[in-house]
Amino acid sequence: MAQLTLIEAINRALATEMARDESVVTLGQDIGVNGGVFRATLGLTERFGAERVIDTPLAEAMIAGMAIGMAVQGLRPVAEIQFSGFAYVTIDQILNHAGRMRYRTRGRLACPMVLRTPCAAGIHAPEHHSESPEAMFAHIPGIRVVYPSSPARAYGLLLAAIRDPDPVVFLEPTRLYRLFKEEMEDDGTALPLDTCFTLRDGTDVTLVTWGAMVHETLEAADVLAEQGYAAEVIDVATLKPYDVDTILASVARTGHCVVVSEAPRTAGFASEIAAAVSEQGLLTLMAPVQRVTGYDTVVPLARLEKHYIPSVDRIVTAALNTIQYT
Amino acid sequence: MQPVARFEIHYTQFLDEHGRAVQAPPEFAADTAHVTDLYRWMVLMRTFDAKAIALQRTGQLGTYAPILGQEAIQVGIGSAMKSDDVFVPTYREIGAMFMRGVAMHDILLYWGGDERGSDYTNARGDFPICVTIGAQTTHAAGAAYALKLRRAPGAVVCTIGDGATSKGDFYEGLNAAGTWRLPLVFVISNNQWAISVPRSAQSAAQTLAQKAIAAGMTCEQVDGNDLFAVRHAIDRALTTARSGGGPSLIEAITYRLSDHTTADDASRYRSADELAQAWKREPIQRVRTWLMAQGAWDKQREEALTRECNERVQAAVQTYIDTPAPPPGAMFEHLYASLPPALEPQRADLDACTSAPESAPGGGAEQV
Repeated sequence: MAQLTLIEAINRALATEMARDESVVTLGQDIGVNGGVFRATLGLTERFGAERVIDTPLAEAMIAGMAIGMAVQGLRPVAEIQFSGFAYVTIDQILNHAGRMRYRTRGRLACPMVLRTPCAAGIHAPEHHSESPEAMFAHIPGIRVVYPSSPARAYGLLLAAIRDPDPVVFLEPTRLYRLFKEEMEDDGTALPLDTCFTLRDGTDVTLVTWGAMVHETLEAADVLAEQGYAAEVIDVATLKPYDVDTILASVARTGHCVVVSEAPRTAGFASEIAAAVSEQGLLTLMAPVQRVTGYDTVVPLARLEKHYIPSVDRIVTAALNTIQYT
Repeated sequence: MQPVARFEIHYTQFLDEHGRAVQAPPEFAADTAHVTDLYRWMVLMRTFDAKAIALQRTGQLGTYAPILGQEAIQVGIGSAMKSDDVFVPTYREIGAMFMRGVAMHDILLYWGGDERGSDYTNARGDFPICVTIGAQTTHAAGAAYALKLRRAPGAVVCTIGDGATSKGDFYEGLNAAGTWRLPLVFVISNNQWAISVPRSAQSAAQTLAQKAIAAGMTCEQVDGNDLFAVRHAIDRALTTARSGGGPSLIEAITYRLSDHTTADDASRYRSADELAQAWKREPIQRVRTWLMAQGAWDKQREEALTRECNERVQAAVQTYIDTPAPPPGAMFEHLYASLPPALEPQRADLDACTSAPESAPGGGAEQV
């Protein structure tokens, strides 16, 4: 057992899988000698060599495109895009090629690749470093979108993502990278994809969230508990394809649902969950589904970012509004 | 000031437009039986091309991108590549794909609106046609990196049109190939037109070949309508690539004698005179003239070849026409290695909405 931060857990998962499977390679900017700007790939070059831990030229579309070419040729590439705002140029490659390689060749070729990128706000980063692009990726057919929220889940889900036979976009919440440690085993055990994790059982309200916002949502559940309300907290973890059944089953017990997301509100992934709960769980609901999200604004720079990220207060208020709805 | 870099781009031609050797032909051309075989491929491709257009015009095929006038490049690539090599093509390279073992009916299925057309009969490791312009250059770099990492014997050939050389992806792919000295050969089929945009409006660069110099790569220009020049250049580039000598780029100068696709009308933007001039340089006649001069070809053999090509193409058309459309549920197949449970309700919804079988592929093809 080891006490690891989320970034250390990512590093362990990469090392463990590169040792287990020699077809796994990593590529990206500054991931070699420098160990990655967040140190996700620290020590991998020394251990696995520069041929498998590939420092690339500064070209995000090329990183994604090369990963596709490598995957089709039988490697298992794990590509790193340095910051979330720079991942948008890879959408062409992920949407037009990675997500449909298997489909358009009727299974003749496949694209088992992982595209990792740090995302979300809260670390006083420069412009374009604090994006929440999950809905954009979740809209793409043929891929998986995974967004862990703790060291142990980051480890197990990254192992699963690398072993998955299809492309996976793996989003990593930067503000959780070093926020806390978790006791975990580096034993190569993967966690299931396409499955929600129920982090806390409750009977009064279901709080659904993922990635960076899991931390604030758990705090909100603590506050609600102090006020006498038991909140169930669900970490969606895999956003595409996602496990609606766990969410619906929870809402059927609590009758109240709040979806918490840092991304902009309109056409966000929170809207997808709210729509699914309304469509399939309307008669179990005692109140309208509430969304607590980032605003439809540009994510602000450091001085204002704490006002943008949904606060514990906003989550608690939304939960109380739905619980006390009449 | 001191010059710190200089470059030259060399142009190669063996057979001129009249089929006369302007210099001693390359070694492989001494084998006239082999050249005859390559000539037969060129004629087969042109026969297929004409038939595909006819099918589209009669509502039996969707939008199709002709290869008319570009047969020498197709045959140069197809004959120089080996089975260990990997082809990463654009949509105007189907002739080379045929030589790789892709069936003619595969291509008809593809343009007829059936994904099974990319589940190639042979050449199972080759990439599917890339429609988004230039993106394939980065896939080619990734595939070549994988070959190099595994110490595999083959190399990658990636084709690009003249328009694609204006894209960022193109430069990123070239830069990657140069950086890691990948076993990769880029072939630019410069057919002078990117739909309606002429070469002169595409780039101020004197040649498209020279763009590879910025990536630290060997490059040259060849007469893309001269089978000998194309084949010779690709042979040499592939030999270099396979032996660890690094990537190269070949700009093959040709001309798109057809419309961009069957949905295009090139007379809107280019003159009849330019087209007539281009026809004088087309690639098939000069090989025929050369073979006849060698005593390796005659009218009788030409007539027999015409019949044979028509029969082979007709057989492919029949296979295509006889292939019923896949059931609607096929759109959920091969989306993932196995369909995630989350998509099962959508599949059930589709099943509930569709019960009658679809018509044959030709009948339902839509024009884009």
